[in-house]
Amino acid sequence: MTAATTTQAPNRRDFLYLATGAVGAVGVAAVAWPFIDQMNPDASTLAMASTEVDIAAVPEGQILTIKWRGGPVFVRHRTKKEIEDAQNVELSELRDPQTDASRVQKPEWLIVVGICTHLGCVPIGHEGKYEGWFCPCHGSVYDTSGRIRQGPAPLNLAVPEYKFLTDTRLKIG
Amino acid sequence: MSGPSTFVPKSAIGRWFESRLPIMGLVHSSFIAFPVPRNLNYMWTFGAILAFMLIAQIITGVVLAMHYVPSATTAFQSISHIMRDVNYGWLMRYMHTNGASLFFLACYIHIFRGLYYGSFKPPRELLWIIGVIIYFLMAATAFLGYVLPWGAMSFAGATVITNLVTAIPFVGTGIAHWLWGGFAVGGPTVNRFFSLHYLLPFIIAAFVGLHVWALHVTGQNNPDGVEVQNVDRDTVPFTPYATMKDIFAVSVWLILYAWLIFFIPNYLLDADNYNIANPLVTPAHVVPEWYLLPFYAILRAIPNKLMGVVALFASIAILAFVPWLDRNPVKSAKYRPAFRFFFWVFVVICVLLGWIGSQEPGDAMTLVARILTVGYFGFFLVIMPILSFAEKTRPIPASIADAVLAKKPVPAE
Ligand code: HEM
Ligand code: FES
Repeated sequence: MTAATTTQAPNRRDFLYLATGAVGAVGVAAVAWPFIDQMNPDASTLAMASTEVDIAAVPEGQILTIKWRGGPVFVRHRTKKEIEDAQNVELSELRDPQTDASRVQKPEWLIVVGICTHLGCVPIGHEGKYEGWFCPCHGSVYDTSGRIRQGPAPLNLAVPEYKFLTDTRLKIG
Repeated sequence: MSGPSTFVPKSAIGRWFESRLPIMGLVHSSFIAFPVPRNLNYMWTFGAILAFMLIAQIITGVVLAMHYVPSATTAFQSISHIMRDVNYGWLMRYMHTNGASLFFLACYIHIFRGLYYGSFKPPRELLWIIGVIIYFLMAATAFLGYVLPWGAMSFAGATVITNLVTAIPFVGTGIAHWLWGGFAVGGPTVNRFFSLHYLLPFIIAAFVGLHVWALHVTGQNNPDGVEVQNVDRDTVPFTPYATMKDIFAVSVWLILYAWLIFFIPNYLLDADNYNIANPLVTPAHVVPEWYLLPFYAILRAIPNKLMGVVALFASIAILAFVPWLDRNPVKSAKYRPAFRFFFWVFVVICVLLGWIGSQEPGDAMTLVARILTVGYFGFFLVIMPILSFAEKTRPIPASIADAVLAKKPVPAE
């Protein structure tokens, strides 16, 4: 060892030192990732991505709950009054402004994910001030378009991707 | 206070062992010779009660795990199997379930004791913070355990609590799916929760080790809140004085425990949890176990999702900052009339928050919950800092011995 080392410009040894550290960090991250990713939804869960359902038997005014990706989807056959109520709302009154028309493909069928956007409970149909849904957990109130009107939830009930295969056959997802 | 041990084993084998691994000296200095303030009251027996409850939870839990089968299709049935078929399975389960409740009850008494007597003040800040960490881990463990029976309330609880992360902007939903192993709480969730429920108690045990270690560096606080000055005058040895008192207190606690297990084993449980989880229906009235109700009330009091979640976590995290919020040099509330008054107001607020948390949400309830939430945080953020300087405290005794031996008998605690 010589005293000159203290003032030397970065040399080969410094480079090797940093490079080793960098490779080590990448290695740790590469090993950590499988341990983290193993908790993500697995292939068998992802395979259940879509569901088909026959809605011919749902009378006007009723809500059918079906299971999609492990959770509920509401298929609501809306009455005239429910449709009118949903359409006659000023957008300025809404917390998450959306027109009813942008939330349905056919006005008589409202299809929404049955999970409260607050903390995930399943709201109860035909309840609450607007007779849409009422969430029993912390009191969120949704209207007949599934839009949030009162309570802690920030967003409207989500509209899943869906398609009418025929007039009575619905594919969700 | 403990210092290096002067312990010398009597036997030759003991001395041979001790000079290679001084574990007996550690036990001796921590639990036998350890000097204990001579004025401690029964509030100081809850540490021993908590240690007992942790061991009871671990033993009953390991036994339950021999019969419990964690999956969406088997979990609920395996609990019924434990209750009906396994020899003494009902006893193991009732011990574990009610044990969790009593564990929390003891923990709350222990925390309130610390607040009342100023046990969080210098030099015990770190000891206090380790305690807050243990409390948080306990809440997490109990939450995970509550999901395992896979009843309707297990499912609702798991859903609501894991959904707290969805309040995080952008990445929240992804984190939720990661926690669930799916798009909703389901089979993968219960399996991993079992794994973690088994793990966390041992992490708690490790933190308890740190807690006791830190305690044995600073020594115990005491009802008069004055530090030990003269070990001979102010303290007595842990054994037999504290050992016997702790054994007596644990025995009394066991009566309460046995009464719960044998006479009202379902009193603290929720009837809805004897229905199997159904992802398509949420029970009409979702409530957590009693020990988490005050925090649930705070969550519900805030109309905004993100702020509600922040308030929920802040209500626990704020405890860690208490050593810097209350800077009054007088520790014990015995000599702080104003603090003592507000302390009891705070206790009442916590109990009322718990009651509100058990009620159905509604406009009137939300208003009361908001007032109480303001009161809860006000105690820490307004009352504590103000009383740090503005309070006229009573004169504190010169030493523990003076307090005990005072001519005028000190009013009983
Ligand atoms: C910090 C200590 C612990 C606490 C606070 C705790 C809490 C809980 C709670 C609240 C339940 C739900 C009981 C019910 O509603 O039926 C539970 C269930 C369970 N715990 Fe623990 N637990 C602890 C330690 C352990 C340990 C160490 C194990 C070992 C594997 C364990 C295994 C289980 C099992 C198998 C269940 C499901 C059976 C049942 O629900 O009765 N627990 N725990
Ligand atoms: S989960 Fe619906 S209001 Fe909280």
